[in-house]
Amino acid sequence: MRIEHVVVVNHFQYSVSMSDYTENELAEDLENQEYKFGFTSDIESDKIPKGLSEDVIRLISSKKDEPSWLLDFRLNSYRLWKEMVEPNWAHVKYTKPNFQDISYYSAPKQTKKYESWDDVDPEMKETMAKLGISMEEQKRLTGTEVAVDFVMDSVSVATSFKSKLKELGIIFCSFSEAVQEYPDLVRENMGTVVPSSDNFYAALNSAVFTDGSFCYIPKGVRCPMELSTYFRINEGGTGQFERTLVIADEGSTVSYLEGCTAPQRDENQLHAAVVELIAKDGVDIKYSTVQNWYPGDKNGVGGIFNFVTKRGICGHNSKISWTQVETGSAVTWKYPSCILKGDNSIGEFYSVAVTNNYQQADTGTKMIHLGKNTKSTIISKGISAGKSHNSYRGLVQVHKNATNARNFSQCDSLLMTDECGAHTFPYIECKNSSAKIEHEATTSKIGEDQIFYCKQRGLSEESAISLIVNGYCKEVLNQLPMEFAVEAQKLLTISLEGSVG
Amino acid sequence: MITIKNLHTTIAGKEILKGLNLEVKAGEIHAIMGPNGAGKSTLASVLAGREEYEVTQGSIDFDGKDLLDLEPENRAREGLFLAFQYPVEIPGVSNINFLRSAINEIREYRGEDSLSAKDFMARVREKSALVELDPKLASRSVNEGFSGGEKKRNEIFQMAMLEPKLAILDETDSGLDIDALRIVANGVNKLKNNHTASIVITHYQRLLDYIIPDFVHVLYDGRIVKTGGKELALELEEKGYDWIKEELAL
Repeated sequence: MRIEHVVVVNHFQYSVSMSDYTENELAEDLENQEYKFGFTSDIESDKIPKGLSEDVIRLISSKKDEPSWLLDFRLNSYRLWKEMVEPNWAHVKYTKPNFQDISYYSAPKQTKKYESWDDVDPEMKETMAKLGISMEEQKRLTGTEVAVDFVMDSVSVATSFKSKLKELGIIFCSFSEAVQEYPDLVRENMGTVVPSSDNFYAALNSAVFTDGSFCYIPKGVRCPMELSTYFRINEGGTGQFERTLVIADEGSTVSYLEGCTAPQRDENQLHAAVVELIAKDGVDIKYSTVQNWYPGDKNGVGGIFNFVTKRGICGHNSKISWTQVETGSAVTWKYPSCILKGDNSIGEFYSVAVTNNYQQADTGTKMIHLGKNTKSTIISKGISAGKSHNSYRGLVQVHKNATNARNFSQCDSLLMTDECGAHTFPYIECKNSSAKIEHEATTSKIGEDQIFYCKQRGLSEESAISLIVNGYCKEVLNQLPMEFAVEAQKLLTISLEGSVG
Repeated sequence: MITIKNLHTTIAGKEILKGLNLEVKAGEIHAIMGPNGAGKSTLASVLAGREEYEVTQGSIDFDGKDLLDLEPENRAREGLFLAFQYPVEIPGVSNINFLRSAINEIREYRGEDSLSAKDFMARVREKSALVELDPKLASRSVNEGFSGGEKKRNEIFQMAMLEPKLAILDETDSGLDIDALRIVANGVNKLKNNHTASIVITHYQRLLDYIIPDFVHVLYDGRIVKTGGKELALELEEKGYDWIKEELAL
């Protein structure tokens, strides 16, 4: 079973399983090669005027009826943020957002809470259907259950399968609800992995976040479903600032999925999220992301600025595994990281990042080895097409007490054209001589010979590229839950349509 | 099956084929021999539709269709198969997935339903036995880590799976030991019927001990300069190509 928590709309189709999916179907999907989530939904929303100030933060906090400690957290973060400068070390170029030209709160107008799926606004359901989220169909076709929390613009719209999870003591709900219902859990844990002062965008998020997902898995519980969150930006002129907090208590396991889409707009919209994972002792957390924010058009106009801070902390004998497929956004700045604090803890990072046209991505991970016998694995596959730039940036840090730390990193880059760029920035800091750190890197250009070979067997160019690219990314795609993997394969193909040159 | 008339092609401005004529009928096996640089592989590449080659003159009729008008993938879908001299590796893509995608795209082009997983796997078993291909290779990534012989055998396996009308074997024998050669030739022979044809491009007579051609052509300096039966191959093996030059006063 799996559970989804949809935070603004997401777009995954659970209607096909890997074994049924053929390259033919993929070819059909290619017909629809434009960004297909670029629609806007006509849902009434409650949007506050543009601009950022302490008053705006107070307004957000009061709209959400928040306790005073949370308002203080926000205001404190805002004060920190005002002192900070936007980071410029990433290998990306963009016009800095005007932070006074963004509306920091936009929520679908809704007066009542949804008790069940049936209560959800039909217009909202239609939006979800367009994005491929249909509970009924998923249940029917996969025979599994999925709990979904759906966040539209900044507010969590609906969470399903809540009661089922409740029986096991699992909490899976919107962040706002968690603040109201489980204030102690939120207060104790938020900001402990990614403090407000961590970086410019984390501070901004901490000041203005509007919603997100919250998850708590009690001791010894193996979450029986996959939990998933769908994020969607719908309104123009808004930013999306959501927070996700996952707390896995001793001996528990959970697999969490998130996906994101946005309408096509000429403006650049800002998405600055914070994700914190807390793995106590003996925990296994798997966190998978398929990021498909609007990437901008062929000329680089519009698209989402995706500036995200994701980090997890591992207790003893715990494991955190990040898997990401990044195909969207105009600019991506994102380093899902693991703090391997507990002895024998394991961190993994599997990433496919695709950039096309004028997209820019600077993504990678940080593996911080603090405990003894800690292990980390980094597999990064970058694919650059068009005039895009794709950078891997990773840090492997072994601290003094991290005896017998192990790291293996592999960073591969695939170039589709002569005008794109692939860059690798690996950093290694090691203070313990028993550590073993391995790094492998390759760069290759997609072969005309490979494509011709496929064509000679009757495959179209699109199918050929799809096969070759998916083969190249296989190690990462294999880490994804099955339905997600199928969707990711399709996305890769669509993102690279017509891109060989 | 295929009629090539007065074919002239250039690559990077250099003329390679200089008025080649060839007709192959259904049920026939034609061998094309010739010294290095005569244009043998160019012919294979032009038939398969490689973009680097420019056809400056001439025509190719493939079963009633203008072959030069077709994209490479459509040539394949019409039933033209090229066994590559240097098969490429496609890491991470299993042979099975590759062939299933190819077969279903070909079937779609022909307006046929896609092959069920069951029928497909039955075909895999049948054809891999035919070319004595280890079934394990069928599920490995396309040619990745294959030995030279395994790659060539895989080409013949793919040919068997795709059941083409016209198969072109571009020096499939190069780099093969005798056992592999026999297996490859055996595969070709077993696939021969009244509705299919093969063009076998080779340097050596050796392969023709196993694949008995109906015609042997000598390609020299971009043209077919001599055509004979299988005995011509033996003669070439014995005397080399010089006597043809002299005989034809080239």
